[in-house]
Amino acid sequence: MSKFKKDNSKETPKISTASLPDIVFMLLFFFMTSTKMKDAELKVKVATPTATEVVKLEDKTLTSFIYVGVPNPRFEELYGTSPRIQLNDAIIKDVKEIPAWIEMRRAAQPEYNRGKIVVSVKADRDVKMGIITDVKQQLREANALKLNYSTHQGQIDYNGR
Amino acid sequence: MSKKEIPEINAASMADMAFLLLVYFLFTTTIDSDKGLQILLPPKVQDEQSVAHPKKRNVLNVLVNGRDQLLVRGEVTDLSELTELVKKHVGNFGSDPNFSESPSKAIISIKNDRGTSYEMYIKVQNELKRGYNELRNNEALAVYGRDYNDLNEAQQESISKKFPQKISEAEPENVFGEESGQ
Repeated sequence: MSKFKKDNSKETPKISTASLPDIVFMLLFFFMTSTKMKDAELKVKVATPTATEVVKLEDKTLTSFIYVGVPNPRFEELYGTSPRIQLNDAIIKDVKEIPAWIEMRRAAQPEYNRGKIVVSVKADRDVKMGIITDVKQQLREANALKLNYSTHQGQIDYNGR
Repeated sequence: MSKKEIPEINAASMADMAFLLLVYFLFTTTIDSDKGLQILLPPKVQDEQSVAHPKKRNVLNVLVNGRDQLLVRGEVTDLSELTELVKKHVGNFGSDPNFSESPSKAIISIKNDRGTSYEMYIKVQNELKRGYNELRNNEALAVYGRDYNDLNEAQQESISKKFPQKISEAEPENVFGEESGQ
């Protein structure tokens, strides 16, 4: 029984802190890798379709993003439940605002890059082509012809949707 | 048990564990890079007169209706057959009188309805691109003995000039209406 008897006379043992830096670094790295740099708050729901023949966007500074999808539940009261278009932070009321926005994006670039701007359309897979077509026509209007349909890379499903 | 000191826990393996976890998180978290289908829109049409009318045999009409059904030259076609049709059409070199005269003259015209789903449209675009990419890859293997993606820029350009991607998009129509096709 004496084996398990507590010895209260001794001081409490020190916990080794040698591993503390490792733990801190680990947490640091974890948060570094899992944090996504957000450039705009998404107000619409976007789940991009899949495709196999994808190419990477070369230069992010030259790219402007257009989001198309159903407004998030939080914004339903404001914007309804049919698909809407979001530029930067705001959902736009009229598709005709796109050329002016493109012009603004173009003006923000240095002169030698103005012809090279790319528009990336991030649209939800369930939206209809009508709204996408409107966007495309407006982009042609603004002479921003380089277009990238944002997609996941992966196998596509041939048997219906 | 009259030991004076409590033995310290060996912390030498702590670093290994930390690295293990670090590597695990590195591989599991995805930093999403922006990928997508690259498309060049046609410029705005200034006057109708200047629009060229290509020969019928050079044009492969692809139509996607509001119910996401695919029609190639008026015939109902399965999506999985589209790539082969594109390859046959573009890589025909004048042998079949129904298909194109040469790859540079071949045009693929895609038309969709306002009620077509975006997902279907992307699938069709993807298949058309795949047809062209496979043709280019075959040519690259025949000429240089390497995959198209492994060639240098000048070589890639010489191949892509032989098989220029001519995918034209017709002005959309609203036949079925936006909300039909469910």
